[in-house]
Amino acid sequence: MSIDLSQFHQVFFEESFEGLDIMEQALLGLDPENFESETINTIFRAAHSIKGGSATFKFNQVADFTHVMETLLDEMRNGERPITVTSVDLLLKSVDVLREVLGLLQQKAKVDESVYKAIFDQLNSLIDNEHSVANETATSTEEVTNSENTTATNNSSTHWFIEFKPQPQILRTGNEPIRMFRELESFGELVCVADISNIPTLAVLEEDSCCLSWRLGLVSNVERSAIDEVFEWVADECELEIKQVSKIELEELINGTKLVDAVDVSVEQKESQQTQAIEAANEANEGNQKETSNETNEASGTSIQVRQSTDVKSNEQVATTAVNTGGSSIRVGIDKVDSLINLVGELVITQSMLTQVSDDLTSANIELIREGLAQLQQNTRELQESVMQIRMLPISFVFNRFPRMVRDLSAKLNKKVELIIKGENTELDKTVMEQIGDPLVHLVRNSMDHGIETPEERLSKGKDQTGVVELNAFHQGGSIVIEIIDDGAGINKDKVKGKAIEKGIINTGDELSDEQIFQLIFEPGFSTAAIVSDVSGRGVGMDVVKQNISSLGGTVEVTSKPDKGSVFTIRLPLTLAILDGQLVRVGDQIYIIPLTAVVESLAVNPKDIVSVAGSMEVFKLRNVDVPILRLYETFGIKPENTEFDNTTIVVVEGAGFQMGFMVDELLAQQQVVIKSLESNFVAIEGISGATILGDGRVALILDVSGMQRRSARAKYKKRAKVA
Amino acid sequence: MTKILAVDDSSSMRQMVTFTLKTAGFDVDDAADGQQALDKAKSNQYDVVVSDVNMPVMDGITLVKNLRNLPNYRFTPILMLTTESAGDKKLEGKQAGATGWIVKPFNPDQLVATVKKVIG
Repeated sequence: MSIDLSQFHQVFFEESFEGLDIMEQALLGLDPENFESETINTIFRAAHSIKGGSATFKFNQVADFTHVMETLLDEMRNGERPITVTSVDLLLKSVDVLREVLGLLQQKAKVDESVYKAIFDQLNSLIDNEHSVANETATSTEEVTNSENTTATNNSSTHWFIEFKPQPQILRTGNEPIRMFRELESFGELVCVADISNIPTLAVLEEDSCCLSWRLGLVSNVERSAIDEVFEWVADECELEIKQVSKIELEELINGTKLVDAVDVSVEQKESQQTQAIEAANEANEGNQKETSNETNEASGTSIQVRQSTDVKSNEQVATTAVNTGGSSIRVGIDKVDSLINLVGELVITQSMLTQVSDDLTSANIELIREGLAQLQQNTRELQESVMQIRMLPISFVFNRFPRMVRDLSAKLNKKVELIIKGENTELDKTVMEQIGDPLVHLVRNSMDHGIETPEERLSKGKDQTGVVELNAFHQGGSIVIEIIDDGAGINKDKVKGKAIEKGIINTGDELSDEQIFQLIFEPGFSTAAIVSDVSGRGVGMDVVKQNISSLGGTVEVTSKPDKGSVFTIRLPLTLAILDGQLVRVGDQIYIIPLTAVVESLAVNPKDIVSVAGSMEVFKLRNVDVPILRLYETFGIKPENTEFDNTTIVVVEGAGFQMGFMVDELLAQQQVVIKSLESNFVAIEGISGATILGDGRVALILDVSGMQRRSARAKYKKRAKVA
Repeated sequence: MTKILAVDDSSSMRQMVTFTLKTAGFDVDDAADGQQALDKAKSNQYDVVVSDVNMPVMDGITLVKNLRNLPNYRFTPILMLTTESAGDKKLEGKQAGATGWIVKPFNPDQLVATVKKVIG
């Protein structure tokens, strides 16, 4: 039988990464002074599973590495080794190394020894130093017994005599002597004599004890080890004698005089009779073993893997960035899948009902059809909700990386920080989750670097020397809200303002509300850190954070109080598959503007329009110049109106500044399902996707910041041409 | 057809064992820990149980003890999947009532051969 083991590799990698996360979590929560044994067990099991899997699937480097980890953990588990901060640190580093190695293997890359050598050596030396080699001894004794077994080898046919006296309880482990004899029989010619002398009277006979013993003669060319292996599982539950004898000796031993009460039979003639006798004896012993019921099996509480075809970014857990091999997958609870199947069932019923009604279309049936359609509508909505549920995962997937990060970072910054995580079970779309990780990391880093003060500074302010960073997630309306709260120094308004003036973001005389000042830190090129540290100043500013969140259709705000701390609030749509849109009409085309980007819609008096730089039209909205984009020009279509008298301006905001879209008419606001333009056609800047409207028409969904970039370039070209 | 229950908390191992045994023509159910396995064993009769030792919720040793207490599983072959380093686990498993063991890592052929050894 040939089975291609590579088909299980993907599952192995996924569960290994999960296992590593579990190990990391448990290790972080491990207090060397005071811990629960279940925590160590959890860590051990994770390492053990990875070891087992990697050995089976022939990832030997991983198997060797995890073997050492397992040894270490096993000793800790059994209390043979103290748990120290050093060993926990080393195990954490090992988790990192494993993650990297597995990441490489997943991409089918070759793993160089240098990747894991240093940590591997440290693990080994930790074990060797303390001379705890329990496992090694176990392995080596096993090898010794094996080599003993193989010494008595013989190639030609040999006569083996086997005396097998099992202990009475042997059947209670499910070991059935007849199976062993059958296996011996497969080696060659087998003769078998049962000794029934020990069978007690029926009154005291216990049905599950074995009162028989056997003398066996085997003529075969098998090695001794093969015979040993047959009895391997019962070696501790029987008296066993195996010896190589001559043909005559064998006959004597089998028919031996020792066996007083046994049926005297000659080897050649009565062989079949004997087998029958054994079978009868065994059947008596088997008792009520064969009582089969064939109830169908209910799989409860297990989870299954659902393949997902949408292309999502490669798993962020894989440290090494590279191509995403194969589709990623989601683990979905079986109850979610069951509810889907249930809904599809109802859909089918409704559909067949409608088909039936449509066979006989009379006015009397109209009511029935209407009912059916209403049913269909409900089914569809429920189905949609259930499908969305499948993509939802608890945000703990993202939050779980923070305890480690905060631990490492507070050591680096010499600050004391406690991390509080709340609402980790809040569910969020998988794609959103994958993309929110980096911005969150940045914000938490920022809070620790700029927000939380040093212990001395905190003490002098009368605060506890340990700062608190809190991550909180919850649902609010159709959005998910993530808060990053710190109790640090807060944002220094004057410093921010000064910096903004210095960078030319605002003018000296500008009057700004507190809110506006705080919002300045998200402006491109803004950084108040005096020294660019490697913690938060990596050349990536808060503007990138804001941009990433905007691209997910979300917003980020900040509030702050001096010496009390800051709160960053991120709002994200629950899913990227559905969008709340404002439908607008230009000529005979309908476009959709994401509602989150719409600031307001208004009619503009032509007198308020000013042309600047010869080609750009702007109007003043509450003292801000808003450039106008004539959508019909961008898309090259024929509009109803080109004058400002009869058109509407939709003011949108993206990437920090506003713009007015000129449209013929505002239509309804509705939820639309986003279809990717990229996968169905090609990616176009300014268009984030398309949708199909109720009447079957296709409408394009505008990407506001993309439109802004597009128009900026168009203006530039235009001007260049004019010049 | 011979019904086998495969128990392992690692889904790759479980899938590998299940797939291998199914390919060999057995009827296979699986469970992710001892408790799940015990529940299944109570509502179905399996001819062979193949179980990992280290599992959350209920480990393999406890599973064996519990199974042996069920009238229908007094004589059912139960095989433990153990690693070579766990020498004492073999003994512990035996004492709990396990029939035998398969040493990890094993290949599909070894698995099928061992299972065939205990059925019939």
